[in-house]
Amino acid sequence: MSDRVSRMGGPERMRRVAARKQRILTTPEGIAIPITLASRGARFGALVVDFIVIIVLFVLGRIAILYIADGVGSAIKRAGLVGPGASAFQFLVILWVLSTFALFNGYFLFFELGPRGATPGKRITGIRIAARDGGRLTAEMVIARNLLRNIELFLPLAFLLGAGVESAPAWLAATGWFLIFMLFPVFNRDRLRAGDVIAGTWVLERPKRKLEAVLSAANATAGPPRSRGDEDAFGAPPREYRFTDGELAVYGEYELQALERVLREGRTQAIEAVYRTISEKIGRNDGWSDESRFLECYYTQLRARLEAGMRMGRRKADKHAGEGR
Amino acid sequence: MSEAAIARAALRSDRFRLEREADWKRLEAIVSRLEKGRLRGLTDEDLLALPQLYRTVASSLSIARETSLDAATLAYLESLVQRAWFVVYGPRSSLSAWLRGFLGGGWSAAVRAIWPDLLVALLVMVAGAVVGWLLVASDPEWYFAIVGRDMAGGRIPGATAKVLRGTIFGHGGQGGMSVFAAQLFSNNAHVSILAFALGFAFGIPSLLLLVHNLAGLGAMGWLYHSAGLGLDFAGWICIHGSTELYAILLAGAAGLHIGRSIAFPGERPVLQAAGEAGRRAALVMTGVVLMLMVAAVLEGFARQLVDQTFGRFVIGGFMFALWTAYFFAFRGSRGSVAQ
Repeated sequence: MSDRVSRMGGPERMRRVAARKQRILTTPEGIAIPITLASRGARFGALVVDFIVIIVLFVLGRIAILYIADGVGSAIKRAGLVGPGASAFQFLVILWVLSTFALFNGYFLFFELGPRGATPGKRITGIRIAARDGGRLTAEMVIARNLLRNIELFLPLAFLLGAGVESAPAWLAATGWFLIFMLFPVFNRDRLRAGDVIAGTWVLERPKRKLEAVLSAANATAGPPRSRGDEDAFGAPPREYRFTDGELAVYGEYELQALERVLREGRTQAIEAVYRTISEKIGRNDGWSDESRFLECYYTQLRARLEAGMRMGRRKADKHAGEGR
Repeated sequence: MSEAAIARAALRSDRFRLEREADWKRLEAIVSRLEKGRLRGLTDEDLLALPQLYRTVASSLSIARETSLDAATLAYLESLVQRAWFVVYGPRSSLSAWLRGFLGGGWSAAVRAIWPDLLVALLVMVAGAVVGWLLVASDPEWYFAIVGRDMAGGRIPGATAKVLRGTIFGHGGQGGMSVFAAQLFSNNAHVSILAFALGFAFGIPSLLLLVHNLAGLGAMGWLYHSAGLGLDFAGWICIHGSTELYAILLAGAAGLHIGRSIAFPGERPVLQAAGEAGRRAALVMTGVVLMLMVAAVLEGFARQLVDQTFGRFVIGGFMFALWTAYFFAFRGSRGSVAQ
C-alpha cells in the first residue's frame, strides 16, 4: 500500500483517470453507471467478421441461384424464351437483384435491431451499440447509423469497381475516402463513427460477467471463518485481532480497496508484503505467521469504521485525507 | 441466504447485501438468458418481473454506493445494472408495432418537420432541371456531358422524332418488365441513400447530386421538346416520376437537414443537433425506400402498360396528390415513433 496514485477526489474519479475509455452514463432513472467504450480494435475486428459473414452469404446465395438457373436454362433451351421457364428465369434475376440490396443494407439493421443490439461480429468481440443519452435505443437510431455505412464503406468500394481496379487515381481516391471515415473514430473523444454522430449512438463494451465474488472477508469476525474445515466453531477458533481506533484511523477508502483486492486474490507474497507495511505503520507485530487472518480482521474493522463514517456523511478518501471532510 | 448468515454478518453493508442477493441473482439469470437469446427458458413471470428487478437492483446500487465500501460488490452491481439497462432499454423487438407507428403518423410528421429543407431541395431540383435545359439549348454538345453517352443510347440530339417516340411508346408487349423494375429500385434506392448519406458533409454533396440528376432530366426534356414530343415526354416521366422524384426530393432534403443541423446547430450542442436531425432523417429515408419500391413498379409495369400520355398523367398526378395529402394533410395519431 505504499504506492500512491495522484491525489484525486475519490475512487470513482481515480478509475476514470486510470482508464480513458471510461464514461459515466445516466439511465432514465437517474442512476449513473460507469461504462466502457469499445476499443477501436474490437470494432474493427467486428467489422471484419461481419464482412466475412456477408461475403459468405453473398457467395452462397449466388451459387444457389446459379445452380437453380442452370436447371431453368435447360428448360428454356427446350421451350424457348416463353412459358414457365422464362418466368422462372426472370424471377431468379429479381431475386438476385433484391437479395443483394437486402443483404448489403439489411444485414446490420436486422441484427442491431434485435434484442442484443449487436451483429454477430460485435457479439464475438463482446461489444454492442447503445443510445448515447442513456435512453432507449430506437429503430430510427439503428437505421440512421447504418445508412451512413453506405458512404463509409460501400461507396469507395463501388467507386473502385466502377473505375476499374487498375486505375491508380481511383485507388488513391478510394483510400483517401476510406481513411477519412475509418479514422473518424480516432479523432473524437467518444470514438464515434460518422453514423454514430448522426444517430446519437455509441459502441460500448459489454460488461464482463463478473460473477459474484465470495463473501467479503468481512463476516469472518463475528461469523465462522471462511475456510470450510472449521465452519463449526468447535475446531481451533481463529484468532481475533482487535484494533484501536487510532490504529484504524491511519488509512482511508483507497487503501481499504487495495487491501480488499489483495485479500481476494489471496497471493501469499502480496499478503505478506501488505502485512509488513501495515504492521510497521501501526506499530504492531502480533499477527506474525497468521498474516491473512490479521489482515482480514483489519479489513473488516477498517471497513466498519469507514462505513460508519459514511453514514454520518464523513468520508476519508485515502491515508492523506483528514477526518470529517 | 439463511437468516442466520445474515444475522452473523458483522458489517451492516454486508447484511444489506445478503438480504438482497436473491434479487440480484435472479436478475442476473434473466439477463444472461436474454443476452444469449435463449428466450424459451424464460417464464412470463420472469419477463414481467424484469423492469421491477432492474429498478430494485438499480436502487440497491445507489444505496450501496452511499453505504458500502465493498469494491467487488459495487463493481458487480454496476455491471449488472448496465447489462439490465441494455436489455430494458434495448431496441423494441416488435417490428409490426414500429411500422404501425411509422405509417400511422411518424413518417409524415418527420417529413413535415424538415419542410425548410424540402423547400431548398425543391428549389435546387428545379434549378438543376432548368440549368440542364438551358445549357443544352445553348449548345447541344452539353448533352453528352450531362446525360452521358451510355445512358443516352438512341436519345441523342439530332435523332428523329420517330426514334424518340419509339423510346417512350410501344413497349407494352415487352418481356422482363419485372426484372427492369427490380433493377430500377435497387439503383434508385442506392442513389437516394447516397444523397442522404452525403448530407453528412454539410449537405453540399446532397445538393450537387440533386443538381446532377435533375440536369440530366432537363437536358432530355429539351431534346424531346425540340422534337415536338415535350408533352409526351412529360407524361412518360410523370407516371413514375411523381413518386420517384418525390422520393429523391425527400432523400436530398433529409441529407440537407443533417448537414444544416451540423453546420448551424443553434443553441444545442452539435452532437445533439446531429443526432436529432439524423433520427428524423432516418424516418424519412425509410419512407423513401418504400416510395422507390412503388416508383419502380410504376416505372417497370404501369409505364409500359399505359401507352398513352393522358393515362400516364392521370396516374402520375394521382400518385402526386396521394403522397402530398399523406405527408401534409394526414396527421395520424402522434406516432410512437416520433418521440
